[in-house]
Amino acid sequence: MIEMFDVWKTYPNGTSALKGVNIRIEKGEFVYVVGPSGAGKSTFIKLMYREEKPSKGQIFLGGFNVSRIKERQIPTVRRSIGVVFQDFKLLPTLTVFENVAFAMEVIESNPKQIKPRVMDVLGLVKLKHKAKMLPNELSGGEQQRVALARALVNSPGIIIADEPTGNLDPETSWEIMKLFEEINQRGTTVVMATHNREIVNTMRKRVIAIEAGQIARDEQRGEYGYED
Amino acid sequence: MKIRTLGRHVREGVKNLGRNGWMSFASISAVTFTLFILGVFLILAMNVNYFAQSVEQQVEIRVFMADLTTKENMQKFEQDVRALDKVQSVEFISKEEGLKQFKESMGEKAYLFDGLEKGNPLPDAFVVKTKLPQDTPIVANQIKKMEFVRSLNYGEGTVEKLFAATDTVRNVGIGFIIGLGFTAMFLIANTIKLTIVARRREIEIMKLVGATNWFIRWPFFVEGLLMGVTGALIPIIMLGVGYYYLLDAIRSSFEATQLFKLLPLFPLVNQVALALLAIGAFIGIWGSLVSVRRFLRV
Repeated sequence: MIEMFDVWKTYPNGTSALKGVNIRIEKGEFVYVVGPSGAGKSTFIKLMYREEKPSKGQIFLGGFNVSRIKERQIPTVRRSIGVVFQDFKLLPTLTVFENVAFAMEVIESNPKQIKPRVMDVLGLVKLKHKAKMLPNELSGGEQQRVALARALVNSPGIIIADEPTGNLDPETSWEIMKLFEEINQRGTTVVMATHNREIVNTMRKRVIAIEAGQIARDEQRGEYGYED
Repeated sequence: MKIRTLGRHVREGVKNLGRNGWMSFASISAVTFTLFILGVFLILAMNVNYFAQSVEQQVEIRVFMADLTTKENMQKFEQDVRALDKVQSVEFISKEEGLKQFKESMGEKAYLFDGLEKGNPLPDAFVVKTKLPQDTPIVANQIKKMEFVRSLNYGEGTVEKLFAATDTVRNVGIGFIIGLGFTAMFLIANTIKLTIVARRREIEIMKLVGATNWFIRWPFFVEGLLMGVTGALIPIIMLGVGYYYLLDAIRSSFEATQLFKLLPLFPLVNQVALALLAIGAFIGIWGSLVSVRRFLRV
């Protein structure tokens, strides 16, 4: 599903974020990406959905060579990926329903299919009853569920999450994590960068640790492994 | 692009105008203000040009024929002059006609010249007009060398100065209009940029969920077009009404009628309206597309 071969990333200011990363993530896997701040986790994530381009090396994702594609092919790649962020990135002027429907409109889906599909996904994240509310009328956990619904609505094969529980309290974090687990069990590949030690240690999934731009550990049923 | 999608873009563009009410208002005001000034200069320049043209068109060459030139030679001369590239019209004025015109120009004192008809001292003459008034001196020189010509007169010296003056006025006018056009463009592009900066998050999310660049651009395109056209409509109405009253005021005063020969309301207003609409639409679209481009590189 996702493969990286000798991937390097050096930013224009000279910072080397990744130094020769090799990784292979299979379809249907659930992977945590851990590591100290500034070790390259975010860069690792951004390379996957092509927000950043590698300076060297190859990245394959769902049949695309992400490191080689042309500018105008980026939308096609992004449509096969759902992305979730720490700060939710919802549009404050749109309702919950509209925020999710937006992702379908933007890729020119058939309007007749939009409503039933959006209500479906809102049902999955248990927010059907709040469809008409605005994001700022919701709690943080609810907002993250809306963002997750938006990431899921176009049925991507991969969900990429960058610190999705970073702004949430422990209890809400667990709710979100259970949703990711559920999505993964339905066959979607999940790659999640996180600092949440408790969750990583309890869930016991594959853990990839990135330190100083390199893969320091890659364990099945791994642990967080850092003191906070 | 599907028709359905086009409909969506137009709806979004219109909705965005309302959603960013104050920003849209600021952009439209900027367009209105600059296009108004541009329109005033345009009308001014067109009238100055019109005035210059009417002055230039009064320039003509009077060719006086040698005495005793035969009718055949006269006709041959007329044909030769007509054959010149730059000549537009040739009119024959017989000595009798010439005297009549002269007496008319003397007004009340015309009686002093009564009786001249018998021994008419005036020569037969031709009035030659060139296609381009600026070519008058060249044509005059060509005619001067021809046979049977006694003398000719086109206001040598004065005419050259007149053309230099009208050219300067025209160039200054064009320069002013180009300068104002650029100022308007940058002003509008800047205002639109502000409205887009306020929406960079929206663009960012659109890109992340896989919208194509053109899908993102279209609503901005529509929005810019609407802003430009709306911004142009207001100055068009103001200028049209203003010019109507200006003409009205001039018509009611005899001195002013003599002093200012202005272009009639139509087609001037149509031309200015068309120009302002085109400029408004162009800078609206251009401004929004240039500004959105910066945010498409996510």
